[in-house]
Amino acid sequence: MYLSTVSRPDADPPSSGRPRRGLALVSGNVVALGTVSLITDVSAEMVTAVLPLYLVLGLQLSPLAFGVLDGVHTGASALLRVVGGFAADRFRRRKLVAGVGYALSAVAKLGLLLAGRSVPAIGAVIAVDRLGKGLRSAPRDALITLSTPPEALGRAFGVHRAMDSVGAFLGPLAAFAVLLAVGQSYDAVFVTSFCVAALAVVVLVLFVRERPSGEPTDGPHDPKVSVREALGLLRSRPARRLLLAAALLGLATIGDGFVYLLLQRREDLGLRWFPLLAVGTSLAYLVLAAPLGVLADRIGRLPVVVGGYAALGATYLLLAGPVHGWPVLALTLVLYGTFYAATDGVLIALAGPLLPPRLRTTGIALVQTGQALAYLVSSVLFGLTWQAWGPDTAIRVAALAVGGVLVVTVLLLASPPRLFTRKVPR
Amino acid sequence: MTAMSTRTKLGVVAVSAVLLGTVAAGYAATAAQPDRTPPPAAGADQAVTLTSGPRLLAITDRHVSSVAAADPTGPRTVSGLECLRVYAAAGTGVCLKPETPWTYQVVVLDAALRPTRSVPVPGLPNRARVSSSGRMVSWTTFVGGDSYTTSGFSTRTGILDTATGATVMSLEEFAVTRDGRAYRSPDVNYWGVTFTADDNRFYATMSTNGKRYLVRGDVAARGVETVRENVECPSLSPDGTRIAFKEAIDADPAKGWRLSVLELATMRVTATAETASVDDQAAWLDAGTLAYTLRQSDGRPDVWTVPADGSGRPRLVLPGAESPSPLT
Repeated sequence: MYLSTVSRPDADPPSSGRPRRGLALVSGNVVALGTVSLITDVSAEMVTAVLPLYLVLGLQLSPLAFGVLDGVHTGASALLRVVGGFAADRFRRRKLVAGVGYALSAVAKLGLLLAGRSVPAIGAVIAVDRLGKGLRSAPRDALITLSTPPEALGRAFGVHRAMDSVGAFLGPLAAFAVLLAVGQSYDAVFVTSFCVAALAVVVLVLFVRERPSGEPTDGPHDPKVSVREALGLLRSRPARRLLLAAALLGLATIGDGFVYLLLQRREDLGLRWFPLLAVGTSLAYLVLAAPLGVLADRIGRLPVVVGGYAALGATYLLLAGPVHGWPVLALTLVLYGTFYAATDGVLIALAGPLLPPRLRTTGIALVQTGQALAYLVSSVLFGLTWQAWGPDTAIRVAALAVGGVLVVTVLLLASPPRLFTRKVPR
Repeated sequence: MTAMSTRTKLGVVAVSAVLLGTVAAGYAATAAQPDRTPPPAAGADQAVTLTSGPRLLAITDRHVSSVAAADPTGPRTVSGLECLRVYAAAGTGVCLKPETPWTYQVVVLDAALRPTRSVPVPGLPNRARVSSSGRMVSWTTFVGGDSYTTSGFSTRTGILDTATGATVMSLEEFAVTRDGRAYRSPDVNYWGVTFTADDNRFYATMSTNGKRYLVRGDVAARGVETVRENVECPSLSPDGTRIAFKEAIDADPAKGWRLSVLELATMRVTATAETASVDDQAAWLDAGTLAYTLRQSDGRPDVWTVPADGSGRPRLVLPGAESPSPLT
């Protein structure tokens, strides 16, 4: 019965007769969470924009020495994400866990000041920031799903993600404004970034509510979520299929780095314009996130996710295809941004109703972790394919993989569950 | 918390914003550095030239400067030309020059320090070299940090032939032969070019798959081949028989680098007497002396020299300077 919500939301109990109000945008909690994300992203992207300058020119360090611990970080972050998600469910303190995540990242900004030229210390600070990010996203998304009626989840996530990317756009501008004002003082950027992040935590504490009105969850006397119950999530068929689908979809993404590299190579783009590729993609994401979320509520989330991955496949095909030129470049970026807009929030909107409210944070954390780990695997595989057969073959293989993954995803998430009981690997 | 009205909450947010804004502005005000342009020496914009002579070229406080090789602690001539890296040979110089705080260009200089060509480059300055004839110019920049949460740094190394104007924007375009077999990989990065006397062949560092190789390259043939593992930032001796380089300790750059010299005929490596970790492409001041930059704990640079044959001791020659180059 959960699955029917996924593919055909209109066949749901028809919104309990509630009129479709186009202007009743999203709940206050979603706006609050969106604002927190917006402010936090300003803070994070401020640091992103100046960190290379700081490391290479400010400290004169060799940044290539930083890649070493990448795998360890990803693993630790994945583990913490799941543990944090479970804690948030068990103690029903999603806001607290998210808040700790935001606060950790805020403190990390000050850590950069204290780390000095010590490469291990800088690595540790970056790791703390990353852990904070890993910790907060699942409880935040769980709060969004719990603050929103199921039929409006797409819109809620769309608005949230759009606000998030607005912050990401403002961050670099803020950083450059600070640098212009104070000269080459990167410290001032880090302190400002910390202050911005701290403001986000204040907004979270004051405006985000742990228990939004009408939360369809258990009463205060219900037993706490146990580890066994959380593990039971892995035995429930809808959740298992969802996790499997999320991981498969993660396998279809080769990563921004490769996409932009291929684009730059085939268009013979001046290397200086390289950063603009990411800007173009984010712009498309920002503009399309909310409309595609609304669309997902209307026509179903699965079709929009499928459309998003089709856009990803088309992106890969364009990268592999014979057509060149600026219009193709622009189209590629728009398609790539569409992929993000149609999948990032919408997938969680799709996932939310499949997960019992008691275990929602754990479930979302598992989905996100599955995707992150699968993505790690796919980027390694793509690198190996490139090494063995060259970039053109590699991207064609990736396009094929998107097609294959899409078919399996649709089978996993759209069909009546009983047909597949025995086919899903455990 | 529940008792607070929305209005009160907004008030608290506004007050927090003002307080935090004051903290940030206050810190910025104390941290703001006065324009660091005025160089320390006796008056700015003195005439530094790149003609051959017994002088050392270096960067002092982001400006091209020179000093008598025999008396390096003596008076330093500091030009008005702002560069983050500089190198010169046979009256041709290369300068990695800021356009804005976050964009840089490679500027080719004549003997009077006048720009003759410039190439905008992506990323942040790292290495610069000129061939001994002054014809070939090369540079390395760091590119990346696209995302705070990924350590996606990479390098771009380019080569410019000043005689023809032909430019290779990235050595990644070249074909790679690794251990005798054709090789390709998306994670190939190059840094630290050093040219041989024929103005075509060169040595450089290539990194792929977590390993760093000394490669021998050929500009005309557009290819490189690996020579040896764990050699970074090669610098060919004036007679072309030895390569000074930084050798990652236990082949792990996280443990730092030992400045060493590789004899090409025997492939024997000799560590120099410098035991501090050297993260620089050394310069040969003469047939037996290497110059390199070391940084103090706060990042301030100093130029040191050490004998290339493993004997002697390191010597501090240019306090507060970096990017040393002989003027040959």
